Amino acid sequence: MLSSLANPARFMRISGVARPWLGGGSLVVLALGLAWSLLLAPPDYQQGESVRIMFIHVPAAWMALSVYLFVAIASAVALVWRHPLAEIAAQAAAPIGAAFTLICLATGSLWGRPMWGTWWVWDARLTSVLVLFFLYLGYIALVNAFDDASRGGRAGSLLALVGIVNLPIIKFSVDWWNTLHQPASVLRLGGPTIAVSMLIPLLVMALGFALLFGWLLLLRMRTALNERKARALRLYGMPAAGGEESGQPGPAARPAWR
Amino acid sequence: MNAFFGLIHHDLRLAARQGGDIGLVLGFFVLAVILFPFGVGPEPELLRRIAAGIIWVAALLAAVLSLDRLFAGDHADGGLDLIALSAMPLELAVLAKGAAHWLTTGLPLVVVSPVLALFVDLDPRALPVLVLGLLLGTPAMSLIGAIAAALSLGARRPGVLMTLIILPLYLPPLIFGTAAVEASLSAEGARAHLLLLAALSLAALPLAPFAAAAALRQALD
Repeated sequence: MLSSLANPARFMRISGVARPWLGGGSLVVLALGLAWSLLLAPPDYQQGESVRIMFIHVPAAWMALSVYLFVAIASAVALVWRHPLAEIAAQAAAPIGAAFTLICLATGSLWGRPMWGTWWVWDARLTSVLVLFFLYLGYIALVNAFDDASRGGRAGSLLALVGIVNLPIIKFSVDWWNTLHQPASVLRLGGPTIAVSMLIPLLVMALGFALLFGWLLLLRMRTALNERKARALRLYGMPAAGGEESGQPGPAARPAWR
Repeated sequence: MNAFFGLIHHDLRLAARQGGDIGLVLGFFVLAVILFPFGVGPEPELLRRIAAGIIWVAALLAAVLSLDRLFAGDHADGGLDLIALSAMPLELAVLAKGAAHWLTTGLPLVVVSPVLALFVDLDPRALPVLVLGLLLGTPAMSLIGAIAAALSLGARRPGVLMTLIILPLYLPPLIFGTAAVEASLSAEGARAHLLLLAALSLAALPLAPFAAAAALRQALD
């Protein structure tokens, strides 16, 4: 099914149809989830009102990990099958994932101040998420570091695959080391230990974040495809302007249309 | 196998004749360590407390500093293309390059670390663990560094880029290396941390050459 989407023209058509639905859906679900978690969900018996930060923090953390997995899988597809759309998807997803990671770190820090009495501790979970943030930044920097965009894409894909060793470390850090960060309370053996009145708004928020990711991803992928199309037009589409009859695009040809 | 040792020999001879590179790395290592007493103050208790961390961080930065010469020289003069065209698998060539890099940076760092331990007043009982930890951890740093060096080959600002992509990958050896020194002074003992360091190097030994060779192939395309 995915391979049928791999044709860029078909992707543009289908994503054009899906985009408003994803966008509208994510806005509606996020509005519902925010109202539910910030106004309707009960305050925690120990943490009081500040537990509400969790409704942003936890979905952002889930997304931070899932988006990295997405980037890594798309990179593997790009490397193995050399499909340009997979590379575009990975490159489009990385800044979104970095933003989710930053949200996760920032909200966790805001929550830690009243609860733990400190903005930041160097515990295994926090440190490994910070490392994830730097992996995202390294990937983005590497992709953009080359004059030849395809070279940057392939180098970035390799780095994304190397960085995947960090994912299990983040996921299991709270189990392997005695950390200040609490262990998992939703996805665990023996069922969730979180109250249902909090679990449902949390899942609604998670769905909202996932839809938001899908929407932003399609938006960024379509922009990247359009950009490529525009560049191709600029290089090949106007034979007279650059005076390069061989059709060989040279860097000198560029400023003529800038 | 002849080509493998030939490549190591070639790199070692280059390093020996140019000389400056090893000196630069060692000089940076020494200077970075010596800066710390000026920065945090000369109290022996404080220095002793953070001695292992200082030495590990300085060694790590010195290793990063030296990474760009792993492939960049051969890439610039075309030697890398010939290596890639030769009958030797590129993975093996990367392994040879990594081994030469370790012999010219990792090993000298290990050798001078006891002297630097004196400067920062490391507890003498912890010295064997520090040296052993560096000995076990620096091969992983050379091997993982080969991936970053290959990835950033031909980039616009390879130095900054390499630092950004390598530092997250260098954290595990740093964590276990300093933890080993801490643990050797307590009842816990350093054995577990040293084993983990050895495991890192042993895991990087077969895996990193594949990743670095893949990166080199797409750099040479």
